[in-house]
Amino acid sequence: MSPPAPGHALAQGTPLAAPRPGSGRTGRWLALASRHRVALTLAFLVVFPWIAPYQALAVNILVLGLYALGFNLLFGYTGLLSFGHAAFLGGGAYGSGIAIAHYGLHPALALVAGTLLATLIAAAMGVLAIRTRGIYFAMTTLALSMCVYYVFYRAESFTGGENGLRGINVPVLTLPGLRLDLLDPMVKYYAVLAVVGGAVWLFSRLLSSPFGAALEAIRENEGRAQACGYDVRRMKLVAFVISGALCGLAGALQAIHLSIVPIETMHYSTSGQAVMMALLGGMGTFFGPFIGAATFSLLQDGLATLTSHWQLFVGAIFIAFVLFLPLGIWGEVLARLRRTGW
Amino acid sequence: MNDISIGGFPLDLLALQLVTGVALGAIYVLVGIGLSLIFGLMNVVNFAHGAFFMVGAYVGVFLYGYTGSFWLSLVAAPLAMGLLGLAVERVLVRPLYGRGIDDPLLLTFGLSYVMVESVRIAFGLTGLPFGAPPELRGAVDLGIGYFPLYRLFLIAFSLTVVGALWLFIERTSFGLVIRAGARDPQIVQVLGIEISKVWLAVFGLGCALAGLAGILAAPLQGVTPEMGIPVLAEAFVVTVVGGMGSLAGAVLAGLLVGIVVAMTSLVAPDMTKMAIFALMALVLLVRPRGLLGRAGALG
Repeated sequence: MSPPAPGHALAQGTPLAAPRPGSGRTGRWLALASRHRVALTLAFLVVFPWIAPYQALAVNILVLGLYALGFNLLFGYTGLLSFGHAAFLGGGAYGSGIAIAHYGLHPALALVAGTLLATLIAAAMGVLAIRTRGIYFAMTTLALSMCVYYVFYRAESFTGGENGLRGINVPVLTLPGLRLDLLDPMVKYYAVLAVVGGAVWLFSRLLSSPFGAALEAIRENEGRAQACGYDVRRMKLVAFVISGALCGLAGALQAIHLSIVPIETMHYSTSGQAVMMALLGGMGTFFGPFIGAATFSLLQDGLATLTSHWQLFVGAIFIAFVLFLPLGIWGEVLARLRRTGW
Repeated sequence: MNDISIGGFPLDLLALQLVTGVALGAIYVLVGIGLSLIFGLMNVVNFAHGAFFMVGAYVGVFLYGYTGSFWLSLVAAPLAMGLLGLAVERVLVRPLYGRGIDDPLLLTFGLSYVMVESVRIAFGLTGLPFGAPPELRGAVDLGIGYFPLYRLFLIAFSLTVVGALWLFIERTSFGLVIRAGARDPQIVQVLGIEISKVWLAVFGLGCALAGLAGILAAPLQGVTPEMGIPVLAEAFVVTVVGGMGSLAGAVLAGLLVGIVVAMTSLVAPDMTKMAIFALMALVLLVRPRGLLGRAGALG
């Protein structure tokens, strides 16, 4: 009895559940659902606040879902495990937060500013991290994001340092021909959904483009993708930056939602949250990040009311998922449906 | 001696910072070698390495309070972490072999949550104060100034451990098996050596080194449940700078990082944490493989 050599597992790649339409009735339904994934995801998100325990949590889940979605582009679809995505969430949050709190910018412009700052951080980190491969990549992104963390920690006059950035007050959002009272949680939810929905649509377009296919090729076999003539390094960098921009948008929304940016937003444990949500929901699945974000938030929320040591249980549940449900909740559902559909 | 100065700093202050840096570096070397050893052989990045470091410190400090012998805790902490490491490999990591490089990393990441939170439950949130044992307090005059005895001890002790480890890996037949296993586990298996036992032993050894580093670091910084978190990030920097799977690289990079930290804290105390990562960025730009990394060892 001998376990297979771990070195050789590298060549096989991680089993990831990409939706592949099968034959049979279930297969046809899956193919149909996969074609209309944006509409189905949005339909779910539109009714979600009515089934969530309370609406502020629903907004949280929406924002974290976008964060996990952005992360999933890199991890689930390109096969690159980053432990530095907190820098992008934080960059987006601080960018939009500083724009509003210090410069009184319009929230819509602040979203752009936050996303831009996160994109810049992602570009700078990406240029360095892309030079490394495999596990080095995870380590490098973690170390670089900690560097960003300390920069923001030290820039106290801008970021509030240890106390976090305060004073991001957006009670009312005025857009041409529209006046939204964000103190009403339902209004806030649908305002955030308008932005997240756009990002989900863009994300789907990106995945179904030749670029998206190339990313999946890189995930499956980097050497072969290179041999096919793809500029693998540049594509990885572009994926890294887009992933960072999506996470930055999530951070910018989060700053407006919470009206503060705690420094922990940038800490590497926040990067770990993205990893956890992607794994809980299902890596490389379109809808998984939102399931993962909902599961993570509901777990955290439920356990925190029971015990101050909720992290113990979150950690244990995460271990159980790695061991027994590596496809995640949504990935497992898809795999079962496909199996019964053959 | 105080009249000699470099860059505005008197020589004895620089020497003191150098010793501080090397002592800090010795901790990084021990943590980095453990991490590098486990990765080099099994392609497993032990994300719970910082947590082993922290629990090792707690075990050591607890035993010190109980028995009053620092030397005993210096033996017990690595031993306890080694045993815990064996259990973790056997129960949690082993089922993941063959499932790629990400799953063990994710699992040990979850494990670090469990370990940190368990220590918080057992010992509280605030951490324990811990000073150097009485026999290692005070300072020694080395001709160019006084140096804290504990730091000198820490350097000497760590270098001895690293030297012994080097002899073990380079000069014993089990060390030969480890080195062969890192190159080609299947051939080692074919030769009739049960590679899974080698993996088990090396995982335990790596965790023991983390525990040893933890108890050695405890008198410098006290013990808190969060003490392993920065250490993990810094150990990653050490392995990236030194080159994955290279033990000499881990030693070189560990000492380098320690000295950079100490010297930055002299020149620009605010930049200390950033200097570590700036060093890593610099090395990545020039040598993405790390200072002594092999081309093929990247995975």
